[in-house]
Amino acid sequence: MARPVNEINAGSMADIAFLLLIFFLVTTTMDVDTGITRKLPPPPTEDVEPSKVNNRNIFKVLVNKNDRLLLNGKPGDISMLKIMAKEFLQNGDLNNEFRPDDMPEKKEVDIPLLGGKIYITKGIISMKNDRGTSYNMYIQVQNELAAAIRELRDELSSDFFGMRFKQLTDRDKIKAIQKAVPVAVSEAEPEDIGGH
Amino acid sequence: MAKFKKKGGKGTPEISTASLPDIIFMLLFFFMVTTTMREATLLVRVTPPQATEVQKLEKKSLVDFIYIGPPLRKAMGTESRIQLNDQFATDIKDVREFVELGRSQRDEAEKKLITISLKVNKETRMGIVTDVKQELREVGAFKINYSTAKKTIAKK
Repeated sequence: MARPVNEINAGSMADIAFLLLIFFLVTTTMDVDTGITRKLPPPPTEDVEPSKVNNRNIFKVLVNKNDRLLLNGKPGDISMLKIMAKEFLQNGDLNNEFRPDDMPEKKEVDIPLLGGKIYITKGIISMKNDRGTSYNMYIQVQNELAAAIRELRDELSSDFFGMRFKQLTDRDKIKAIQKAVPVAVSEAEPEDIGGH
Repeated sequence: MAKFKKKGGKGTPEISTASLPDIIFMLLFFFMVTTTMREATLLVRVTPPQATEVQKLEKKSLVDFIYIGPPLRKAMGTESRIQLNDQFATDIKDVREFVELGRSQRDEAEKKLITISLKVNKETRMGIVTDVKQELREVGAFKINYSTAKKTIAKK
């Protein structure tokens, strides 16, 4: 004969769920990781000559072990870095190849979305730091350079597409802007200079 | 009159707790979805520098972390050390092994997408960071991310 099935007491279910919940609260993190993303260059090969770059196309940023800056041979301050980098990297008139002597040369590239053949700067920012430089200073310099590039991209983007670079959704447009304003920051091969 | 007679039994009726487990389960699932497992117990002190141009680190499952900073245990000195997974790197070459290990845990298609996130204390000197970067270049781990906190205060 069929006995009535006793109902299982579900009162402790809540406790079990609580235990699980607390376990997850303890072992997991919720913080979002943020940072500056960079791409490292491949290691140098012995037989390849370092490419010669015209002196006027390089903007040298040196950071010494006391976190002092040398911008193109002159002592500088971190607050000037963004403005100077922007001035140096700007493309100026895209349809004109001419450049005054104190500005980097231009090269011709073909970007259909920005009006076909245009002239963009050949300027490169070369950054070099000492082994004794503090990481904080290094990040501040990287940050200022990233800000300069972001602002240049924003300006170009609002000129052509009417919105900021970050707001662009069309992949082709993003590519076009990235091509016109590349992340032209190179880090010098580390050398042991000593004195740290 | 009898119509409006108060029903017997004064005491408050018991609240049903039958749905309590469901509520807790919902909370549980919420936390399971929004959080990620803690990667490693920190052995070094890392106060990341602040920056304004930060990007969010996408796809946390494809990120490996390298921590650099002074050890938490005072007995180990104040010089910055490298922490890989749960232990200190005894040699700079350990970084290569760490990268290889990270690669072997991922699918073939994902191997190229692995990002190495450098969590470095802001007072650390660049020498040790440069060494790690050189090692990463040697093993072909080119995608890196300097972990920084977002600076929210606007500049004057």
